[in-house]
Amino acid sequence: MSPVVPRRLADRAFLWLAALAVLLIVAMLGVILGNIVWNGWEQITWEFLTAAPRVGMTEGGIFPAIFGTVLLVLLMTIFVVPLGVCVAIYFSEYANRESPLYRWTRQAVNNLAGVPSIVFGLFGLGFFVQFVGRGVDRAFYEGRLTYGQPALIWAALTMAVLTLPVVIVSVEEALRAVPQTYRDASYALGATRSQTIFRVVLPHALSGVLTGGILAVSRGAGEVAPILFVGAAYFLPHLPTRLNDQFMELGYHVYVLSTQSPDVEATKPLLYGTVLVLLALTFLLNLTAIAIRSRLRVGAETGR
Amino acid sequence: MSTAANTIRLASLVARRRWREWVTEKFIYLNAVGAIALIVLIFVFVAREAYPVLVNSVVHEEVTVEALFLPQNYGTPEAPLPYVWQPVSQVPKYSLMPLLLGTLKVTLVAMLLAMPLAILAAIYTTEFAPRWLREAIKPVVELLAGIPSVVLGFFALVVLASWLQNLFDFDFRLNAINAGVAMGLAVIPIIYTISEDALTAVPRSYRNAAYALGASRAQTAWQVVLPAALPGVFAGVVLGFGRAMGETMIVLMASGNAAITSWSFSESVRTLSATIAAELAEVVFGSPHYHVLFFIGTVLFTMTFALNWLGSRMIGRLRRRLTGVDR
Repeated sequence: MSPVVPRRLADRAFLWLAALAVLLIVAMLGVILGNIVWNGWEQITWEFLTAAPRVGMTEGGIFPAIFGTVLLVLLMTIFVVPLGVCVAIYFSEYANRESPLYRWTRQAVNNLAGVPSIVFGLFGLGFFVQFVGRGVDRAFYEGRLTYGQPALIWAALTMAVLTLPVVIVSVEEALRAVPQTYRDASYALGATRSQTIFRVVLPHALSGVLTGGILAVSRGAGEVAPILFVGAAYFLPHLPTRLNDQFMELGYHVYVLSTQSPDVEATKPLLYGTVLVLLALTFLLNLTAIAIRSRLRVGAETGR
Repeated sequence: MSTAANTIRLASLVARRRWREWVTEKFIYLNAVGAIALIVLIFVFVAREAYPVLVNSVVHEEVTVEALFLPQNYGTPEAPLPYVWQPVSQVPKYSLMPLLLGTLKVTLVAMLLAMPLAILAAIYTTEFAPRWLREAIKPVVELLAGIPSVVLGFFALVVLASWLQNLFDFDFRLNAINAGVAMGLAVIPIIYTISEDALTAVPRSYRNAAYALGASRAQTAWQVVLPAALPGVFAGVVLGFGRAMGETMIVLMASGNAAITSWSFSESVRTLSATIAAELAEVVFGSPHYHVLFFIGTVLFTMTFALNWLGSRMIGRLRRRLTGVDR
């Protein structure tokens, strides 16, 4: 028998195996989403989205958790986007690829992306709460416990450090997609380097800045481990109004409801509802980012 | 007279411009230094709280570095218990071995699931799939990557655990396999994305050369493209491993959290990361237990840092190999 037949059979088998892998991944995603949407759908009512939890979290809604999450990611965005944009500008516009500073910064950002989220939690507690917070208390509040405890501002800052690589990668990609001709034209008109960057390059990379911000928000909204000890609370009767208040958060709410509930069956519908809201929030943000980025890629390819 | 005034005005304009350029440039550089400072700060402030485990005599009354890693006599001579993690008890016991073993078990399950699936899927995407399908698969994986780990943990805890228990008849509903499978889902996008990048980076000419020699598409993919992209694929595996080791919420919710020293995958496990998450909130500030938890954090940081360093080095090597620079 010629070796052609088994070879082609093996080819077929390999191709099908690879296709099967893709199918399995898609199926797993489908099963998870299906299960959550199917069980959570009926929970999503106006009351669920706008009321506070009642009766030991077995009734009522999740409004404080939604509010806390939104507040957290907004504050985080304020901290992370400017820093992320500046580092991305450094990578794309200023850095000399051979310089040690470039290599060190690149390595630092890569490693920052790989630090386990729970370590960010330890860092937030050790640095922001214990070191900065206590320091602020000593300097401005005569040592009275004001900022030296878990609080919204420390959670937002911790989350900002965690999401920094996300912003940098996204903005840098957008900056590099701006054609060199734009920069040349700007220089030819007598503009300086900083003028070129801030008035020509950056405005054209605005969608990348937007994508970075959105991806950071999506990531921040989904992370729980970093805020376990820096400000997330099980239940609060009031919404947070000051920077040093604690807050409720969607992801933390999911964790608490599913592991520390006194009556698992009674909280299950609410739990599914909360998961669905969290998932919808992160997916919507991710889809927006994907859509903006694919438009950006098409734009870069056609030289628009 | 007026030319002189103009010259002066122009000179001051140029000076102002130069000054502004200088300030902007230095500010941007400062931000880059800030990014380096952050990673240093993270290490310093986590290690600072872990340091007393090494030197503090008060801490040493309860725990020493040897006790963290070496076998101790916690049981009776008939039933010795060399490795026990039980920080809250009459005699606090701080052996990290059950936690290291637990982390290893869950990570192993996750990698065994994620590696073949992610790499095969990446090969299918770059080598076999038509363009439209390729464009459809990528967003699906990005969506998978976008699922918050707390949601995966929830799914594993509430749904997957029961399915697996019915399927395999486990004694414990929450175990290493359950947590490992859920964690595999979190790792798949990392390995897939990096492998896919590496496979795409292999030049067209490699494939054309293989086809010209009469190789089939499968042979080309398996014997030419994959070996060429291997450092990148391996980097994906290394980075995925790092992610799995540090992953917290999934194991915290889905592993059962019992610090048992056993090689059985169907028993409950507790990982390093879950231990920090579960215990730090209740620990007394400055107590030996508190410092040991930060010590665990330092261990996690160091291990993932090393893995990341290794991973990015491999990606660099792949890039050099494929572009032919520096070789």
